[in-house]
Amino acid sequence: MSQTSTRTPIVTLTGVQKYYGDYHALRGITANIGQGEFFSLLGPSGCGKTTLLRAIAGFEDISEGQILLDGKDMEGVAPNRRPTNMVFQSYAIFPHMSVAENVGFGLRKSSMSVAEKRAAVGQALEMVGLGKFGTRAAHALSGGQRQRVALARALILKPKVLLLDEPLSALDKKMREVMQVELIKLQREVGITFILVTHDQEEALVMSDRIAVMFEGEIAQLDDPETLYRRPKSRRVAEFIGMMNFLPATVKGEAGGRVGVEVQGLGPAELEAAQCPSGAKPGTAEIGVRPESLTLLYDGQTAEGGREASGTVREVVYYGDMTYYDILLDGTPAPVRVSMRNMPGRKVLDFGARARLAWDPRAMVLFS
Amino acid sequence: MKLNALAVFTVLYLLVLYAPIALLPLFAFNSGTIIAFPLQGFTLEWFAALLNTPALHEATLNSLIIAISTAVFSTILGLFAARAATRYGFPGKGGIVGFIMLPLVLPEVIVAISLLIVLMQLGLNSGTWSIIAGHTLICTPFAIAILQGSFSNMDKSLEEAAIDLGETPWSTFRLITLPLVSPGIIASLLICFTISLDEFIIAFFLSGNEPTLPVYLWGQLRFPARLPVVMALGTILVLLSVALLIIAETFRRRGLKRVGLKDTGGFL
Repeated sequence: MSQTSTRTPIVTLTGVQKYYGDYHALRGITANIGQGEFFSLLGPSGCGKTTLLRAIAGFEDISEGQILLDGKDMEGVAPNRRPTNMVFQSYAIFPHMSVAENVGFGLRKSSMSVAEKRAAVGQALEMVGLGKFGTRAAHALSGGQRQRVALARALILKPKVLLLDEPLSALDKKMREVMQVELIKLQREVGITFILVTHDQEEALVMSDRIAVMFEGEIAQLDDPETLYRRPKSRRVAEFIGMMNFLPATVKGEAGGRVGVEVQGLGPAELEAAQCPSGAKPGTAEIGVRPESLTLLYDGQTAEGGREASGTVREVVYYGDMTYYDILLDGTPAPVRVSMRNMPGRKVLDFGARARLAWDPRAMVLFS
Repeated sequence: MKLNALAVFTVLYLLVLYAPIALLPLFAFNSGTIIAFPLQGFTLEWFAALLNTPALHEATLNSLIIAISTAVFSTILGLFAARAATRYGFPGKGGIVGFIMLPLVLPEVIVAISLLIVLMQLGLNSGTWSIIAGHTLICTPFAIAILQGSFSNMDKSLEEAAIDLGETPWSTFRLITLPLVSPGIIASLLICFTISLDEFIIAFFLSGNEPTLPVYLWGQLRFPARLPVVMALGTILVLLSVALLIIAETFRRRGLKRVGLKDTGGFL
């Protein structure tokens, strides 16, 4: 379940293009989103992720390509006739209605009896933990509560796909973390496909089954969070997802499916083909390595296979559970970032101290 | 010291602004027929005289018909223009909106003369309907200004959310847009009504033989004996205008409160 989902596709995007006048907002988006999947569109602002979401919802016409929802072509189908519902960035809670009226809004045209509607609203509010809030005025709610009302309101119609446009960006950090977990639980509970738009890579990693990283209207990489983090296909994706060090390197050549590389400041390494997403042409290249894949060595410790490097501490950032170091490796122009979990027996190094590092070729990615 | 100087300035300013208007009720209740100090005695005679003047009643009826029609037409036009201006981008938008708002600063006498010329060229008689047209022209910018505030205070995704939840554009307008801008609509109706009721120049040029209240008032000024009656009528008009403006503003603020927004402007 990485690049191609094993699930039955519920949303099929084929060559989706969108122009705003001369501006090319979506440049051929092709992807399958599976039934019951938690799928994220991740990218910086202006990358087209919200445009794509709004195109799926029907709020934007696409210029070319095809959007299938549950096997049906959505061309010319108005948003109110699509099997999707949306949680808006501003939550769009109707301010002149009560919480219950907001949640029950989508049932206005359903054939349910009044009692059935009331029961459905109660159930939806219960689901998001707002059981007793039905009679509250909508504008008297906190940010987190508004978010829940928006979720209940969108889920009451049991859509095939729930679209979430930066739903957590208006919340503070604590509330955001709470809601991340709640969203995952909720999604598992209802089994509905969630498509989330976010610019927060951590949020995407935490919540998603698969993530499409978008730059300039194109999907740069579509993978599950672990693959995306461990094997970014381009330097740009690597920089966007988490933190990554880039070290100058020289590709020596390929032998027996393994690529020989000389990494500046670290030493010679052998990589597998999977670690070289953009090929391994001999010559200068860059090696990407995550801060947690470089390990500080304390007195008496040695690195496996002698893969050891040394340098000077240039910066110490203490986070409580973690400490981040910028270490200038001997013979390199720029420092690398190293993160270490703070544990008993691991004293925090001082600025200017000498440091030894262990490194692991399995944690490297080659960008040529 | 600095604060005191400012306070004195403020009091003087308000005095200059309102003292002349304060003279209206003073002489309206004065029993002397000449508008001059010292005051003679208290009387309600001039107000009673208002009741016995059929020409005045006709003028009042004309004014009410014109003001109500103007308020309705301007607000409907304003509603469309304000929604278009706040929701959509289209080529030439800035220029179009600018031209619609222009009558706000255009001298009324110019508008009045132009309308009169057009009517004459078309061979049409001026009258109540032409005043309504003229007033709608100058009131629509006010309606737009008020309603634009209501629309821009309203989150665009509210309408999208309603559509997303299965409503048609029309039912969305009825269920979401209209209730949320209704305080603005009421404020716009009242302010356009007040402006039209008080407007003189266009009414004077276009009224023909159906004078409005201000035109009738002006006509009465030729008869010195009628001056106290004019004062009485003026008093009523001032009170009415102020009351309407206060009601309009109250509705606007209540609307903001209802959707939990902070006040950002308005006329009062």
